[in-house]
Amino acid sequence: MTAALHTTPLHDWHAAHGARLVPFGGWSMPVQYPSGILAEHRAVRAGAGLFDISHMGRVEVRGPDAATLLQRMTTNDVLALGPMRAQYSLLCNERGGTLDDVIVYRLESHYLVVVNASNRERDLRWLRDQAAAWGLAVDLVDRTFEVAMIALQGPAAEALLQPLAAAPLETMRYYSALRTAVDGRDVLLARTGYTGEDGFELMVASDEATALWEALLARTDPLAPAPCGLGARDTLRLEAGMALYGNELTEETTPLEAGLGRVVKLDKGEFVGSAALAAQQASGVPRRLVGFEMVDSAIPRHGYSVTAGGQPVGTVTSGNFGPSVQRQIGMAYVPPRLAEPGSELGIEVRGRTARAQVVPLPFWKHRTKRIGRAGA
Amino acid sequence: MTPDDRRYSSEHEWARVDGDEVVVGITDFAQTQLGDVVYVELPRVGDQVKQMKVMGVIESVKAASDLYSPVTGEVVAVNDAAVSEPQAINDSPYERGWLIRVRPDNLDELKGLMSAEEYDLHVSDRGAEE
Repeated sequence: MTAALHTTPLHDWHAAHGARLVPFGGWSMPVQYPSGILAEHRAVRAGAGLFDISHMGRVEVRGPDAATLLQRMTTNDVLALGPMRAQYSLLCNERGGTLDDVIVYRLESHYLVVVNASNRERDLRWLRDQAAAWGLAVDLVDRTFEVAMIALQGPAAEALLQPLAAAPLETMRYYSALRTAVDGRDVLLARTGYTGEDGFELMVASDEATALWEALLARTDPLAPAPCGLGARDTLRLEAGMALYGNELTEETTPLEAGLGRVVKLDKGEFVGSAALAAQQASGVPRRLVGFEMVDSAIPRHGYSVTAGGQPVGTVTSGNFGPSVQRQIGMAYVPPRLAEPGSELGIEVRGRTARAQVVPLPFWKHRTKRIGRAGA
Repeated sequence: MTPDDRRYSSEHEWARVDGDEVVVGITDFAQTQLGDVVYVELPRVGDQVKQMKVMGVIESVKAASDLYSPVTGEVVAVNDAAVSEPQAINDSPYERGWLIRVRPDNLDELKGLMSAEEYDLHVSDRGAEE
């Protein structure tokens, strides 16, 4: 017997506008609208797209020991966060295997952790159980159903949003947060995203989500954003070389293998998994996540076997046609000896070996906000 | 409007007689279901295809789907333009998005396929089941 799917506050809007709805992480979510995934993807890189990401978990971590709990359970250095700043981070198990990738925000009087929809309940239980085991004074509040989240992504995002927003956006730094009125509504705004473009993630009360969504869609200056579903979200993040939990990130792989060493701060003190990760760093990782592009024409997909010299060496974690880079691209775990750009791989597609070549990540050069520096 | 100048298979391909050849493609219903086509693998000129047997693959962003030949015979042409620009299959599934031309072994085989009207019913029945 399957449990009923959760729906976001925007579900009716999606259905009324021809969205193809699919189950994702326990939620009914739009994978595309009638315009299709390629058009939505291109609209984001050309201007702006709007994504309902309310399915993601939003958990407040409150109390005197909030920072301590997060510092002991995430890989990044929570104590290095300034006020109203955010950081990408990972939750690991004792073996250093990845339980989730998250964003941690230091807000005025508490922390906010945004987690993957599929892991929300497990992450909550994990955080609560550890807090109890350590006797920490922490209160974990799941706000997922009271607060909606909308992402506005693309080079035109700032220009499009500014007339609706009370606070000046030009000086808002990447991975920072601020509270402001947008369309007259209280919004927690973050300059974060999952596309490699400039953009924002807006958190608003659930009962104001549809009105805010429609206000954003009604913008015409400089252009109207396109509503975008999970299909475009996936092709955009793939081109940006960003990991997806369940594909690149799993309990059987570590953040170091995934190339996320920059958010694993082994010097900050012990955290769950730190001993295993330190050992792995000392001995070297047994596999590395790489990007590749096809040499023979074929679409690489999650689960396809990777070979070298006719021998299986790994598996494709994600793959597709990249609409902006105009190439067939993918990511895979391979032995370290094959991780250098230019390394030749074989991708097993329907019983034949299609040639591929390791290339540097990201496939699409990021254009996220950089203050005080010309260009990216 | 489902063109009535051709016949249709239960696997959402069409077959149109053109002289002594049959042109083959997928239906508008099929391209809508698939979504944006990003890759298609077709038989080569000279290959034999068999009615209702897999002849290739068509892939959209989200999924890969087998292509079934609606007729038996020898492939005499392949639409290379559709292979290099698969968007044509979405934009024009009945015209520019044709897939292969076949010299059929037996034109009578087409009688086993559906008319446009029968195909429309087939699609709406399928829709009602879902």
